[in-house]
Amino acid sequence: MVDEGLKIELGKQGVFVTTIEELYNWGRRSSIWPMQFGLACCAIEMIATTMARYDLARFGAEVFRPSPRQADMMIISGTVTKKMAPQVVRLYNQMAEPKYVIAMGACAISGGPFKQGYNVLKGIDRYIPVDVHIPGCPPRPEALLQAFIKLQEKIDGQHLTGEGRPRFLDAAAQGEFPVPEQGAHDLEPSSNKGVWPLPVVIR
Amino acid sequence: MKTVEDIKAAIEAAVPGARVAIVTNPGPSAQHSLRLEPESAVAVAKFLRDDADLALDFLSNVTGVDYLDKEIAEKIQVKRQVTKVVDGVEQTVEETAEETRKRVEPGYLEVVYHLFSVAKKHGPVILRMRTENRTDKVELPSVTPIWRSAEFQEREVFDLFGVVFKGHPDLRRILMWDGFKDHPMRRDYVDPDDYEYEPTAHDKVLARATAHQAEEQTEAAQGGAVL
Repeated sequence: MVDEGLKIELGKQGVFVTTIEELYNWGRRSSIWPMQFGLACCAIEMIATTMARYDLARFGAEVFRPSPRQADMMIISGTVTKKMAPQVVRLYNQMAEPKYVIAMGACAISGGPFKQGYNVLKGIDRYIPVDVHIPGCPPRPEALLQAFIKLQEKIDGQHLTGEGRPRFLDAAAQGEFPVPEQGAHDLEPSSNKGVWPLPVVIR
Repeated sequence: MKTVEDIKAAIEAAVPGARVAIVTNPGPSAQHSLRLEPESAVAVAKFLRDDADLALDFLSNVTGVDYLDKEIAEKIQVKRQVTKVVDGVEQTVEETAEETRKRVEPGYLEVVYHLFSVAKKHGPVILRMRTENRTDKVELPSVTPIWRSAEFQEREVFDLFGVVFKGHPDLRRILMWDGFKDHPMRRDYVDPDDYEYEPTAHDKVLARATAHQAEEQTEAAQGGAVL
């Protein structure tokens, strides 16, 4: 690794020093294209975030793609019903790696006010890995920006080799997640234990 | 606007064979409703829409209600013959005793329609229909051919309560998926047990979450599906 002070000093002389990892991560985090879809009222806040007042474009995410093939990030913006959940997982599977997920709002992270209902999924993290959770009902655009910056920080901190390398650089890691079946009474299975190990409840 | 009594009389005069019962509302709103017989309901609905005085051209709301089977305990006086020894002589004496008898009044599903008139600026007129029971005889006539706005709402009542509307053009589930078997708004519906993680559980939810976790732990102890 190059010493930070030396790097700045060299920069003043017109010499730009970096590592492949840094350049690669800079490129990845500066052009995260979200997928263009909204599930409920949180989508309105997401749209507000992209508009002139909050201007998500400042962070390199202005291009909302209508196809999962062209998107890098999925913003789960709203209530995921059990009828919609298989489609959300399927869309996530169709995205090309590297791919990220922001679960936006109380419903997307836990089921929210509908948690004890019969047709709302108790959090999308039961089926797909979520990078950033944002609480709120709905979260303000600032919260979504905060989550986005958190995601950029996460990408920036990823090492391309070694143990903790991201999933898409790990040939052994699984990139496709099983789509739940719509059964006679509930989604089957009710969660993907590989993604969502049973959290320990301390009472 | 006409009172429910007047509407009942108008219906019975205009539609031959139609029987209408008035269901009173004892509350301060006093919105009494008309209970229709399923056989004549479509003819009555057509009359309510096309009648010049009523002109109920707008169906605003379709609601389902579930009434469970009711167990009724009644006390009845029963006379019976009892053999007794009176003054050293055996005699047969008639005695009255009180007995509690239980009978089950079958439940039913009810559909409620709220009608308004945009032309006459009056309403609501409330119609009700009941199914025979809540298990196999759950058919009611659809009013979608009369009021188009009933289409999605009757589908919703079909989905969530299981009332089958005869004459509906496209009776499919609307909120739940096609393979779904239950009717979630029925009062005896048991919702799926996905209470694995309840960080702020209380009351009934706490009981369910605890039971679920105990089950999960026995499964783990037996070397079941642990991942």
